[in-house]
Amino acid sequence: MTVLDVAIVGAGPAGLAAATLCAAHGLSTSVYDEQDAPGGQVYRGITASPLARPEILGDDYWGGAGLILPFVRSGARYVRGASVWSVARRDDGAFALAITQGPAAARATTSVVARAVILATGALERPFPIPGWTLPGVLTAGAAQILLKTAGVVPRGQTVLAGCGPLLWLLAWQYLRAGVAVTALLDTTPHGRLAQALRHAPGFMMSPYFAKGRDLVRAVRRNVRVVEYVESLAIVGSDAATAIRYRTRDAEESLPVDQVLLHQGVVPDVNLAGAAGCALEWRDLQACFAPAVDAWGGTTVPGLFVAGDGAGIAGAEAAPALGRLSALAVANALGRIDADARQRLARTPRNALAHALRGRTFLDTLYRPAAAFRIPVGDTIACRCEEVSAATIAQLAHDGCAGPNQMKAYTRCGMGPCQGRMCGLTVTEIIAAEQRRTPADVGHYRSRFPVKPVALADLAAMPVSPEAEQAVVRAPDH
Amino acid sequence: MFARLPDTTGARIAISIDGETVDARAGDTVAAALFAAGRGACRSTPVTGAPRGPFCMMGVCFDCMVEIDGRPNQQGCATRVAAGMRIVTQRGARAIATPDAESP
Repeated sequence: MTVLDVAIVGAGPAGLAAATLCAAHGLSTSVYDEQDAPGGQVYRGITASPLARPEILGDDYWGGAGLILPFVRSGARYVRGASVWSVARRDDGAFALAITQGPAAARATTSVVARAVILATGALERPFPIPGWTLPGVLTAGAAQILLKTAGVVPRGQTVLAGCGPLLWLLAWQYLRAGVAVTALLDTTPHGRLAQALRHAPGFMMSPYFAKGRDLVRAVRRNVRVVEYVESLAIVGSDAATAIRYRTRDAEESLPVDQVLLHQGVVPDVNLAGAAGCALEWRDLQACFAPAVDAWGGTTVPGLFVAGDGAGIAGAEAAPALGRLSALAVANALGRIDADARQRLARTPRNALAHALRGRTFLDTLYRPAAAFRIPVGDTIACRCEEVSAATIAQLAHDGCAGPNQMKAYTRCGMGPCQGRMCGLTVTEIIAAEQRRTPADVGHYRSRFPVKPVALADLAAMPVSPEAEQAVVRAPDH
Repeated sequence: MFARLPDTTGARIAISIDGETVDARAGDTVAAALFAAGRGACRSTPVTGAPRGPFCMMGVCFDCMVEIDGRPNQQGCATRVAAGMRIVTQRGARAIATPDAESP
C-alpha cells in the first residue's frame, strides 16, 4: 500500500490552504471532503453558483474563490464525496484512515495510510434547543444559507430569524439583497452584553469585520423589524411550525410563521479528533469543546493536526492562515524544511492570523448565547435523534448519573445517526448545571469510530489488509 | 414554504417525490429539491413518529433521511438529484435491509 505524506480532511478554507502549501513543499497530499466541490460550508457552491445575481451573497463570500485556483493547480489530490470515518494512529506513527466514497449506488470503502494528518473539519451550528425546534419548517440559518448558495432556494411567506451571531445578520442582509421578505429578527443577545463586549472594542474596530458588520447591521435594521433582548422562544405547531412565541422583559407576542431560521453561533465539530484520541478542552468564552492544540495546530496525538474552526472558532479569514501553519509544521516534521525555515515561513501566516483574530474577543463576548438558550428544561428535546427531553437528562443527572457517557447508556442520547453532534454540548451543560459542576469537569461524549454511519455492506466490502483491520480497532484511550 | 428564485440558472430535470413528478435543478441536492418543490417535511421519526424535515443541510443532523431509488435512510442533503430519481418520504423506522432490497 502506498503511504501518503499527508492526508487532509475537509476542503474548506483551512484544508485548501493547508493542502496547497503541503504540495508546494513537495509532500504527497490528498484532500478528502464530503462535499462534491471545494469551499467548505462558508464557500459552499462557490465553483458552481446557481445565482443569476452573484452580488446577493456579498464580497466576503466571493473572496473565497482566491483559495480555489491555487489549490487546483497545487498538485494535491482532491477526493470529493468522501467521508473519513476513522483516523487511527498505528504503532509505526503513521495513520490509517478509513474512507467511504461515492453515491449510495456505487459506494466504495477504502483504507489509506498517511504519515501525517491535518483535520480541517470545521464547525457546525451550535444546538438551539427550544420548544418546537424539531418541527418541519424550522431550519438553522446556515441551512437556509446553503439553500440560497447552492440552489437559489429562499423562504416565502412569513419568515422569522431568531438567535444571535454574525451569520444571522448576514443571512438577513443577503435575503434583503435577494428581495426576500423577512418578517422579524428576534435578537437573543442578552441585556448588558454590548457593554461587556465594548471593553474589547478597540481590537474590533481594527478588525476586518468592523466596518462591514456595522453597515450590514444598519441595513438590516432599516428594513427588518428587529426585536431586541429576547429572553425566551418557543415554536408552535403540530405537523409543521405555525407560530413562534417570544418574550422580552416587557412584552410577549406570538408571530405566525411559515418558517423559523435559528442560529446562535458555530462550534467545532470535534467527533473525528475526539475519536482519534486528541484531548479536548472546554473553551468557556466560546462555550464549546475544542481539541487542545499548540501554535501549529498540533494536537496531543503526535502527527495529527487540527486547522481552522475545528480547533476553536476563529472564522473564515483566519482559517487559511491556520491551515498554512499546520502545513509548515507537517513539512518540518517530515523533513522538508528545517525549524529555522518553519519559523521564517510562518511569519506571513502569523501576521495574517493576528489580523483576522482582531475583534474575535469582542464577537465571542457579544454573541455568547444566554444560558436559557443553551440549557433547555422540561419537555424540550435535547437529543433530536433519540428524542430525549431535557427533563429526562436533568433528572438522571440529579439522581447521580456520572456524565455524558453514562447518560448514553441510560437514555440513548447521542447514540442516533448524528452521533451526538446535535446534543453533545447540551447534554454536558444540563449535567453541569444540575450537578453544579463545570462543563470542563463533566467533559464531552467519548466519540468512537465510525464517526459517520457506515452500512454493514460497505464495511464487509472493505479490502482486508492490516491497515483496514487497524482502522476499525478501537483507538487507545489517551 | 420555500421556493426558487425565478432567475436561478441551471438545467431543469424531472424527478419524482412520492410518485409526483416535479422539476429540480441539475446540481440540487435531494433536500434542496424537496424545498424547491414546496415540501419542508420528509419523514417521521422511528421513536415517536414525530414529523421532521431537513434541518442543517450539511450532513450533520440526519433529519433529511429519505428513500432514494429504493434505498432507505439516505441523507437528502448529501445526495445529488439525477433525472428520473425516485424519492419517497419515510414514516417511522425502516425494515432491516435485505440483499433484495439493496438491489431493486
